[in-house]
Amino acid sequence: MIRHDVLVVGGGLAGLRAAIGLAERWDVAVISKVHPVRSHSVAAQGGINAAIGNAPEGRDDTPEQHALETVKGSDYLADQSAVATMCRLAPETIYELEHWGAPFSRFADGTIAQRPFGGAGFPRTCYAADRTGHVLLHTLYEQTVKRGIKVYDDCAVVKIAVDEGRYQGLVVYDLKRGRLEAAASRFCVLATGGYGRIYRNSTNALINTGSGVGAALLAGAAVKDLEFVQFHPTTQFGTNILITEGARGEGGVLLNAAGRRFMERYAPGLMELAPRDIVARAIQTEINEGRGFGGGYVHLDLRHLGKRKIVKRLPGIREICIDFGGIDPVDEPIPVQPGQHYSMGGIDCDATGRTAVENLYAAGECACVSVHGANRLGGNSLLETVVFGRLVAEAIDARRDDPPPEPSESVVRENLAEVTGRLDRLAGRNGVAHHEIRERLRDLLTEKVGIFRTASALAEAAAEIRALRDRYPAVSLRTPLGPFQFEILHVLELESLLYLGEITARGALARRESRGSHYRVDHVERNDRGWLKHTVARLDGGEIALRYADVDVGLYEPKQRSY
Amino acid sequence: MSPSNEVIDVVRLDVFRYDASRDEPPRFQTYELAAAGSTSVLEMLLKLQDEQDPSLAFRYACRGAVCGSCAMSINGRLNLACRVLLKNLDTDRLVIEPLPRLEIIKDLVVDMAPFWEKYERIRPWLHAQIDDARESRVSQRQRERIDRYVHCILCGLCYGACPMMSRNESFTGPAALAKLYRFAADSRENGRRETLVQEDAHEGVWGCRTITRCIRVCPKNVRPTDAIEGVRRKLLTQRIQDAFRRTPHED
Repeated sequence: MIRHDVLVVGGGLAGLRAAIGLAERWDVAVISKVHPVRSHSVAAQGGINAAIGNAPEGRDDTPEQHALETVKGSDYLADQSAVATMCRLAPETIYELEHWGAPFSRFADGTIAQRPFGGAGFPRTCYAADRTGHVLLHTLYEQTVKRGIKVYDDCAVVKIAVDEGRYQGLVVYDLKRGRLEAAASRFCVLATGGYGRIYRNSTNALINTGSGVGAALLAGAAVKDLEFVQFHPTTQFGTNILITEGARGEGGVLLNAAGRRFMERYAPGLMELAPRDIVARAIQTEINEGRGFGGGYVHLDLRHLGKRKIVKRLPGIREICIDFGGIDPVDEPIPVQPGQHYSMGGIDCDATGRTAVENLYAAGECACVSVHGANRLGGNSLLETVVFGRLVAEAIDARRDDPPPEPSESVVRENLAEVTGRLDRLAGRNGVAHHEIRERLRDLLTEKVGIFRTASALAEAAAEIRALRDRYPAVSLRTPLGPFQFEILHVLELESLLYLGEITARGALARRESRGSHYRVDHVERNDRGWLKHTVARLDGGEIALRYADVDVGLYEPKQRSY
Repeated sequence: MSPSNEVIDVVRLDVFRYDASRDEPPRFQTYELAAAGSTSVLEMLLKLQDEQDPSLAFRYACRGAVCGSCAMSINGRLNLACRVLLKNLDTDRLVIEPLPRLEIIKDLVVDMAPFWEKYERIRPWLHAQIDDARESRVSQRQRERIDRYVHCILCGLCYGACPMMSRNESFTGPAALAKLYRFAADSRENGRRETLVQEDAHEGVWGCRTITRCIRVCPKNVRPTDAIEGVRRKLLTQRIQDAFRRTPHED
């Protein structure tokens, strides 16, 4: 049995930052289904927000201003004291990353460069060209190696063992060795990323299946605000690979098929740098009303920036356009369409990462504190991972003198036996192919739970996903347990995907208002009286139960949101 | 541009199959698949895994050439499977093999442990202790100097391509040496001396014969050979400085 004080699940930014924070005083290990540097954090492009005021136009920026704009960007659904904490800790977080070696881009005076980003009044987004996630993830992995932190890579967590509401351990599919392993610890930090791959048109890595969020739900934790799904305005047409908001931050413009800068109709103040929910709806409206290009896209034009600026500031975008789209943005506009990008919702937790399961914590995109509310501002997700990774580590550290009792190895073994039994029952059966159910689920969410939502489409999606879940026990597993049998992983993860998809659709159907990323064609106004609250879902005897929780609105009065 | 009106081809893929946990020799398995020109090799493999052969194993994550998971050999050329599109190959017959010079675990999945061990060998982190209240100052020119090497995604393609790796198993290899230079050339760095000296060896920078295959296969244009040259220059400078610093009685 794998034994440690703390097990961190996920080797992205949140997980590694938590592990780094714990390494000095605890026996901590990271379990990840891919090698840490393959985690989806690596794909973040545009930057990380902190009011450090390095840009000449940003001298008056403050953490308070950052917090206010984050809350406004969230359409007032974010918990305000948690937002304030995040924004207050942002500057020192950036300096810490820099001191650890993160190679940020620089201004002429040698300070960290900052660029304008959506929904922000100052250039607040620190960056490393358009590879910010890459340099931060590599930096944190370097720090992980420096501290000798044990990493179990190619190891997928398939079940969380809980006894009477208390976390005990994990059941792990060790892909290299080709067997199930039991792992026990006093604490667990889930940092497993988002669940974007319940959608087809997602920017997310293919590994972002939501398995961690699903495992937490099945272990008795609650999930929150799943109906708030961020659609990024600019994803590459066809592949949905992310084209960073930084491209617009650097001056890129959006043009419809008539060559018109249509954002002047939707957000005349901030134009292309309005928050993502607004720009995504604007693009989709242009496409839906016939002003897009055939197939459904608009143009993101960078040509006027010139080759030098594109090569310096947006080299990764240029590479993506050349490798996957066959065009060079120096010479041609980039065809873009909105696509699923970020999961505002996640495991329900407080600002120290605590979930409803004792000693089980969550941080990063898999968690929902909530600091993003109904719409996340660009540049705040990287910030969230590193700040809350640290805060979770501090919260666990604070329990050093009063740690939970040793976990029960027998409970973990029973859980392992349960998974083995489940695999045996599925093995060799000639049932439904798992990918047929998964693909149908993705179609339903993409087509019926997208940018523009109606009661009838949401009800259809919820009902059909429920029916898919009924078919899940008949799924076939054709491969025996062994090394790198991805079918086992895919079959086990599918159950999570189905629950998350259904909760997303049901939460969206229940919420009869429009707020942030959640836009109801049949209820276009925000309704603070009825709906200034979080959607919280739990499983009750295998069935989904929704309830609602208050939003922490202590600092800023909810206002009409216009840009 | 629209994927929907693309021509669909029938592609034949000969894929290397092997399971190190079983007592069976390796073999090639032939699959046929309908695919449009914009389909990547990774997408074809995923489709095969879903629809034809769930036991087919390969690593993947981002599908956008930034995570470095899917390094393999495609028609004898090493590349990331996600960035090789059918239309950019001049054939509809594909031979797919694992990344060479590493032990095969299953099918296209290799054991990257030696690659990571060599990465760790150069102690890959900023050794300088910076205690400034704010960020340390780095000029744009200084930042530019390490830019190329910062881009490395540690995919292992150069490791698989380097002919010196098979002649000298303990050679640190192009990726790890590029990482070493990334730190050695960082204006903030100090205290790199030890790892630089450690690589002043046949297993280190002198193991490279400037064959530059690492440069040709790199999907991120990192140019590890240049980094190796850079480390060599630093070592020579260090030697010269040491020679002058030496006190007479040591001679």
